[in-house]
Amino acid sequence: MGLAAVLPIDLAIGALVCWLLLGLAGLSLQGMPRLVSGAVFPAGALISLMVLVVGIWGAGQGAEAAVLPLGLPGLPFHLRLDALSAFFLALLGGVSFGISLFAAGYLRHMDGPTLGLLCLEYHVFLASMGLIFLADDAYLFMVAWESMALSSYFLVTTDHKIPDIRRAGFLYLLMAHLGALAILLCFGVIQGGHGDYSFAAMRGNHLSPFWATAAFLLALVGFGAKGGVLPFHAWLPEAHPAAPSPVSALMSGVMLKTAVYGILRVTFDLLHAPIWWWGALALGLGLLTALFGVMFAAVQTDMKRLLAYSSIENIGIILAGIGLTLLFHSYGETALAALTLTATLYHSVNHAFFKGLLFLGTGSVLNATGERNLGRLGGLIHPMPWVAMLTLVGTLAIANLPPLNGFVSEWLLLQAFLLTPGLPHPYLNMLIPVAAGALVLASALAAYVMVKFYGITFLGQPREERLSQAQDAGLWERAGMGWLALGCLALGLFPVFVIRHLDSAVALLAGGSIGATAAQSGWLFLTPVAPARASYSPLFFLLVIVAVVLLTFLVVRRLYHGKIRRSDPWDCGYPAQTARMQDTAEGFGQPIRQIFEPVFLMERHLPDPFDRQPVYRVQVGDRLWQWLYLPVARLAERLSSLIGRLHHGRIHLYLMYSFATLLFLLLFTQ
Amino acid sequence: MALPLTSQLINVLAALLLLISFAMLSQRRVLSLINLYAWQGLVLAVNTFTVAYSTGQDHLYFSAALTLLLKVLLLPWILHRLIRKLNVKWDVEPLLNIPVTLLVGIVLVVFAFNLALPIAQLAGTITRSTLGIAMASVLLSFLMMITRRKAVPQVIGFLAMENGLFFAATSTTYGMPMVVELGIALDILVGTLILGIFFFQIREAFDSLDLKHMERLRED
Repeated sequence: MGLAAVLPIDLAIGALVCWLLLGLAGLSLQGMPRLVSGAVFPAGALISLMVLVVGIWGAGQGAEAAVLPLGLPGLPFHLRLDALSAFFLALLGGVSFGISLFAAGYLRHMDGPTLGLLCLEYHVFLASMGLIFLADDAYLFMVAWESMALSSYFLVTTDHKIPDIRRAGFLYLLMAHLGALAILLCFGVIQGGHGDYSFAAMRGNHLSPFWATAAFLLALVGFGAKGGVLPFHAWLPEAHPAAPSPVSALMSGVMLKTAVYGILRVTFDLLHAPIWWWGALALGLGLLTALFGVMFAAVQTDMKRLLAYSSIENIGIILAGIGLTLLFHSYGETALAALTLTATLYHSVNHAFFKGLLFLGTGSVLNATGERNLGRLGGLIHPMPWVAMLTLVGTLAIANLPPLNGFVSEWLLLQAFLLTPGLPHPYLNMLIPVAAGALVLASALAAYVMVKFYGITFLGQPREERLSQAQDAGLWERAGMGWLALGCLALGLFPVFVIRHLDSAVALLAGGSIGATAAQSGWLFLTPVAPARASYSPLFFLLVIVAVVLLTFLVVRRLYHGKIRRSDPWDCGYPAQTARMQDTAEGFGQPIRQIFEPVFLMERHLPDPFDRQPVYRVQVGDRLWQWLYLPVARLAERLSSLIGRLHHGRIHLYLMYSFATLLFLLLFTQ
Repeated sequence: MALPLTSQLINVLAALLLLISFAMLSQRRVLSLINLYAWQGLVLAVNTFTVAYSTGQDHLYFSAALTLLLKVLLLPWILHRLIRKLNVKWDVEPLLNIPVTLLVGIVLVVFAFNLALPIAQLAGTITRSTLGIAMASVLLSFLMMITRRKAVPQVIGFLAMENGLFFAATSTTYGMPMVVELGIALDILVGTLILGIFFFQIREAFDSLDLKHMERLRED
């Protein structure tokens, strides 16, 4: 076979196999932890790069299918690489390249056996996510989905000696199983009783609206549970902090996107007959999730929990985008659907990059200081300049500031919202501006959250003595974070090119594309609809920002130089300033806690004026936990205690049970 | 109406099988139980051989050989060794006394024959009349598992139940596919070995093989 005959899908399969082999290599090399962290993880990063190339290359090609001679007898694994799979593969490769590089440095102090296991689980996790994007039958999809859930469960519980982490892992596993159950049922409904579980056959089925709706709702529940959509979000803020930082980055950056992929695949590809209210439902749920996530992010004091809630917010925005796409699609507005879907996919890849970057930054801070609590950090920009600068890029990106990538997708999505008056449904026309308002609120609050995140961690004075001795990240870590930061910058500066790459995936799902429209004013200007309406040039933004900064710098240097008057500053009557006098994470989030008080379940302990050692403590809980999760848990407990009555521990009785069942069944079938 | 010789032979063997099942149900001594199990295996092997001979199903010869090897020679040998090592030659004390057990057994046989009647009429095999007996011996072995207090007889009951199933398979469909049969044979062998290890563990933990001690393991 010549080189010309190699298809992207072959390369993709090869890459997944390589990942699995690397995982095994890591396990067998556990006697030499240096080698595992210094060679196996970078090799995995190279494979990621290959997956990225395959994804970009495969997007331009038509769909290719392959059948693996694996699986059950008579039920082989079907694989298919189409534009949507290619897009998500590129996302996986691009993000995991940076994360694997980072992991090579981050994990180098781990002891051998733990590292070997971690290496195996990490690469199985990567390979199973790749397999999800490639699967072309429900059977393989579920196999990949479950192996992703299991490998990530073991990754989350790496520090399984800590009870809280075991608890988080259990919650995660529980939610993952509930979700998988819903997805399985969803595929069962879509295959429509023909017994053929390949996606090709499912695509050919035309379900009645009732069954299609049932399948859509099941998909929403199943994939929503994986993505952290309200009300299935509870596992996310528990599991993400429990995992080692590169794993949190991977889970938040890529694993949540498998849920996005699943919803897109099922709704647009398999159930190609959207009903308008599906879109309205997804839109509403997405916005609720986004607002919920960002509000809770604002009041967190743990860095990783804050980022996890922010992931919930971003998934909410993505889901809202999917909902709007569905609305447009069901009313036949192809161009608008394409615009919205482009924004949604763009936001997915953006979120993968900046959230990955931020989790890695958090990991570096955690590694250097042993601290995740915002109340004990501060001033880290001096001892850790690299981490601080790279994290700043991610922070600006997630706060939706131009010229970085977060702004582009958010702006595109808002453009789509502003174009909704084209819908032929009066109520929707009236309600969607409200939705746009909610989206803007969520974005603004996200910026607020990020100011808090960055400001408390890196700016100001160190709140603890030992923080000034923190070590900056090593070369591997810098390389990994630098890659993701570059990605944020490139995605922000060259949106027209990115959109052209998204085109084939968008065309596959929405039936139209905006690549040509977007580039109509040249590659410098992103024009979503028409030049007369709106266009955006990130490079100009960058130039203006750089120019203004330079100008200010020069003005300050030239004009003010020599006119500086040195004297004691007015100290507001506090002659001794300590680090304890800075604004804290709790203090910064307090206005949000006040404004949205009914949303939170707060438990506050205020100090008494006469206390010797005053303690202020506030704990913010989730009301949904009380309203939804605990009743369900109690019900399950009661039912299982009922069943527990059957357990006497006497083998003869157990045998009697089966004997009676056998006799009953024999009589029954007679 | 005169049946062909093979058919008569099969019927006789089936009757023997049922008889041995009853004998096992009433047997108190562990050693005799194992011998009875070996006899049952022999009857089964001869029966399979006869069916193979009369119908020309070649793969049934393999089944017969396998049965002979496994159920007449190997498993009884393992069990013998086991009880010698465990030193358990005591009389079996059943939960239910023997006459009552036998009466229940008769009821089960009637039930099984009643159940097999419509199926047997549909089947076209020469062994169709024996389906009722096969089912009866499955149920009788099950009954034996329920009524025995000690671990070793329960395992023998389990093995005897598998004999009944095997007999049912041969009598209704001329045996299962070879792969399935091999798989089951392996399962039985490994199962017996593992249970043998369990016996030692149980005895070590409780100083006895009486299963009533296991009730303490229950979680409250």
